[in-house]
Amino acid sequence: MLRADALQAIYPELEHRIVVTIMGAVAAELYMLGHRHNFFYLEHAMGLASSMGLGIALSMPGHKVIVIDGDGSLLMNLGTLSTMARYKPGNLLHIVFDNESLLSVGGFPTATATGTNLAGIARASGVPRVAETNTPENLKAAVAEALASNTLTTIISKVEAIGPKSFHMDLPLLENRFQFKRCLEALQKGSVR
Amino acid sequence: MPVSVNNSKLIYDALKACDVKIMSALPETWLVHLIRMADEDPDMILVRLAKEEEGIGISAGAHLAGANSALLMQNHGFLAAINPIVSLALLYKIPLLMLISYRGHMGEKDPWQTQGGMVTEPILHALNIPIWHLTNSGDVYQRLKDAQTLANASLHPVAVLLSRELMWED
Repeated sequence: MLRADALQAIYPELEHRIVVTIMGAVAAELYMLGHRHNFFYLEHAMGLASSMGLGIALSMPGHKVIVIDGDGSLLMNLGTLSTMARYKPGNLLHIVFDNESLLSVGGFPTATATGTNLAGIARASGVPRVAETNTPENLKAAVAEALASNTLTTIISKVEAIGPKSFHMDLPLLENRFQFKRCLEALQKGSVR
Repeated sequence: MPVSVNNSKLIYDALKACDVKIMSALPETWLVHLIRMADEDPDMILVRLAKEEEGIGISAGAHLAGANSALLMQNHGFLAAINPIVSLALLYKIPLLMLISYRGHMGEKDPWQTQGGMVTEPILHALNIPIWHLTNSGDVYQRLKDAQTLANASLHPVAVLLSRELMWED
């Protein structure tokens, strides 16, 4: 499946939730589907979107947090799986789009292209729920189940190594940072959106 | 173990007075009491890390979610976290209160700590990160409070270097 189609399928679940994405294609595609102040795109620091999501989830236990990660980023910070699994915040959902490629920098194959199994690593790290999906429909179902489960879940979703024509986002990263922080403040006060 | 319990308690109490809600840590000898105090405190969220890099992300998330955090690390852990300090904290203007045990400085007996000790301050200076040295029990409270105040006002990391004089009793 195309990641853009996968994102479109789960957009209704993302729309009103705290979302942290990695940089590159997935950020641009989510932005193009419709930017929201509750979306944060980590434009650098590869590997740390999940750590940021963990920090938010632990600080805001009453709100669901969805991290959208990628195979290249997760491989740079595999320790994050053991740390998330150690604290198991039930309000954290970790979605990994695995295109077996460092697409944004020219499409070089990652280790998942040669057999590394991220779902297996997540399970062995102690993540209590791990799902694998490969169509927009079963991703959508897996996301709904994960959110309803109130259990830390990692979903590994295989996608094609195809990105958007342009990665341009008309959103300076500091503007995104400050609007996201304000949005989280409003969510905590209950004066949402 | 000759790590000072009393001075660790002073530091911990100062962090509590700063309303720190989340601490991330990777164990090292000088930090054992601080980590234990955080672990035993039901009002503190202690995140034990696999690597210090994660702590920068966790503190960034906590800040955006409105929670004060602190990072406990050895100076070699600070060295391991330089990329996220640059490409997350500095890039996104995230305040960090980094408590760094200053191994490899004057009085260090372990040869393996010495190289990191010699580069710690030059690298902090290169990153334009302000430094407070904690050497006296009498100014622990004020210096930690002032460090947090500057971090939050500048939206920038600050480093509090925990010295041998304060942390070690032999």
